[in-house]
Amino acid sequence: MATETAQPAGGTTPASEPAHPEHLQLEDRIWLLRAMLLMRGIEERAMSLYRQGKVPGSFYDGYGQEAVSAGAAFAMAPEDRLCILHRDLAAHLIRGVTPSRILSQYMGRAAGITRGRDGNVHFGDRHLGCVGMVSMLPDMMLVATGMAMAFKLRGERRAALTWFGDGSTSRGDFHEAMNWAGVQKLPVVFVLENNQYAYSTPLDKQFAVDPVERAAAYGFTGVTVDGNDAEAMFEATLAARQRAVAGDGPTLIEAVTMRMHGHAAHDDMKYVPKQQVEEWRRRDPVERQERRLRDLEVDVDALRAEVTAEIDAAATEALAGPMPTADDVLDGVFATEAEALGDGQAPWSGYAKAAGGDA
Amino acid sequence: MATLTYLQAISAALRDELRADERVLMMGEDIGEFGGAFKVTDGFVAEFGTDRVMDTPLAESAIIGCAIGAAVVGMRPVCEMQFSDFISCGFDQLVNVAGKMHYRQDLAVPITVRLPSGGGFSGGPFHSQNPEALFMHSPGIKVVAPSTAEDAKGLLHAAIRDPNPVCFMEHKHLYRRVKGEVPDEIYETPFTARVARPGSDLVVIAYGAMVEVALQATADLDGASVEVLDLRSLVPLDETAILDSVSRCSKVVIVDEANMTCAAGAQVAALIAEKGFEDLDGPVVRVATPDVPIPFSPPLEQAVLPGVDRVKEACRDLLAY
Repeated sequence: MATETAQPAGGTTPASEPAHPEHLQLEDRIWLLRAMLLMRGIEERAMSLYRQGKVPGSFYDGYGQEAVSAGAAFAMAPEDRLCILHRDLAAHLIRGVTPSRILSQYMGRAAGITRGRDGNVHFGDRHLGCVGMVSMLPDMMLVATGMAMAFKLRGERRAALTWFGDGSTSRGDFHEAMNWAGVQKLPVVFVLENNQYAYSTPLDKQFAVDPVERAAAYGFTGVTVDGNDAEAMFEATLAARQRAVAGDGPTLIEAVTMRMHGHAAHDDMKYVPKQQVEEWRRRDPVERQERRLRDLEVDVDALRAEVTAEIDAAATEALAGPMPTADDVLDGVFATEAEALGDGQAPWSGYAKAAGGDA
Repeated sequence: MATLTYLQAISAALRDELRADERVLMMGEDIGEFGGAFKVTDGFVAEFGTDRVMDTPLAESAIIGCAIGAAVVGMRPVCEMQFSDFISCGFDQLVNVAGKMHYRQDLAVPITVRLPSGGGFSGGPFHSQNPEALFMHSPGIKVVAPSTAEDAKGLLHAAIRDPNPVCFMEHKHLYRRVKGEVPDEIYETPFTARVARPGSDLVVIAYGAMVEVALQATADLDGASVEVLDLRSLVPLDETAILDSVSRCSKVVIVDEANMTCAAGAQVAALIAEKGFEDLDGPVVRVATPDVPIPFSPPLEQAVLPGVDRVKEACRDLLAY
């Protein structure tokens, strides 16, 4: 079982990034940048709202990790199902959650996805085929595994995907999900977001062997991908999804990246060597995609301006929205009927072409 | 109508649901070809195949977690914990993922978790527990506990058809000891209490295996008219039925097989203290297992589990109050 290694080599960044034209059209590559710019912009705005006291609790972001969720989510079809982690906002955006609802969610407002019932990125829009995460990580690995199990039992060509961090590989649920998915050869894609730190704990205190090596022990493919390259993430995830729906079982994708901010807003990240941050800053995933598109003569500045305007409008809308009233705070603990998950948006041109056909 | 044991009634409900609804599947350890540790699913694989009566890896968290995943994409999984004790290994998935799902994101999790529970047969500390109160304390999980064959079938039908996570506490001691007339068709027993025997001088409130203990202990209690209220459902708890019984009888003994502190009966006692105080003609009396692990050796186990004699004594004392 091949473990393909594409870790960033460090040092200087090449002037022009290698392209991945075999699956991505220009419109797709712009979409990827747009999703990452939106994620970064929304999170920056949310951080400033947090500092203004408008975001209760704490605030978690995925600065520097935008490519991991953007690239992976972009490879998934409308009928696929996703369990998204807290540093993966781009996945929600790609599935179709609007920036205004996300900012409302952060601020605990009525228009947030959970209507104030849960905070920050603890949400999943069920109408878009997503199930929100819980704080116990990586619990959603098992939920994704169960979704994939149902797809396989029903003979459906669909896959489930979930993200989790390097710290999660130490929990028992990581083992239980990897083992179950391997035994039953399920159509599930596991994206291990290796961002070097689990809160303050570095990798060398987390595991003795790189967890991507474990995939082989569970009987399936493990690949290491440059997690700061959205297009590489897309390609790896697309290949994993293809294996999944072809009946060839799960894939563990280790996305190597770096958490460029603290664990949460309160965390000054003193435990991270400055040099490490500086090295990774040169590999910024947003700048990298920008360079690619500038080389292709895309007006990146115009795109940036467009995204900023969209976030401004979203913030205005979210700030104008009411806080939830407590009238129904006791309602909804139990369901009265089982509602289905809906399909998400899947903007990749490959799916757009297939729409109406065998999507 | 057929006369079935409690265990046969559970099997019948499962078979009926597998036949009636293709979304229903069973997941558990050794439940396939082997038929389960207690043979509840004996012969199921021949009729339904190994996909729908699924032998899982030995992984309780995965059984619950994968059931949740399957449920949110349209399946109706029924999980078997080989022993209810092992739910500790699936606690997080049940309490944090399943239980809180609908409140947080309007997403229903229709799973049933079958929990063979209770002691009385030298199962020792890890095969005798009654963990139901843990789930009463966790929002979003229903908990039912039948005491008769008829209710075992009807409550299981209702649990599987409920759009929420339901813990189905099936008492191992009742499996082959309790028999009764069970309707052949599918019927849903409501998640409400049942008066097992009406009375007017004192009420014993119990559920699961303790209902039979209560009936035996009070069958002939110096001519007193003793009611036995079978809770059947712990979440939701049938407050109306409990307070009605208190109002009728004025004296209350609550029996739990579970450890005393924070057991289901503690909640019942609190309810009566809050809302039934005016109707009381004596202290609320509790009989439960003391706060010790369930010991293995028969004389030790019998010393801690509530039995007929302890319940009888508690009732006599209260009647004399």
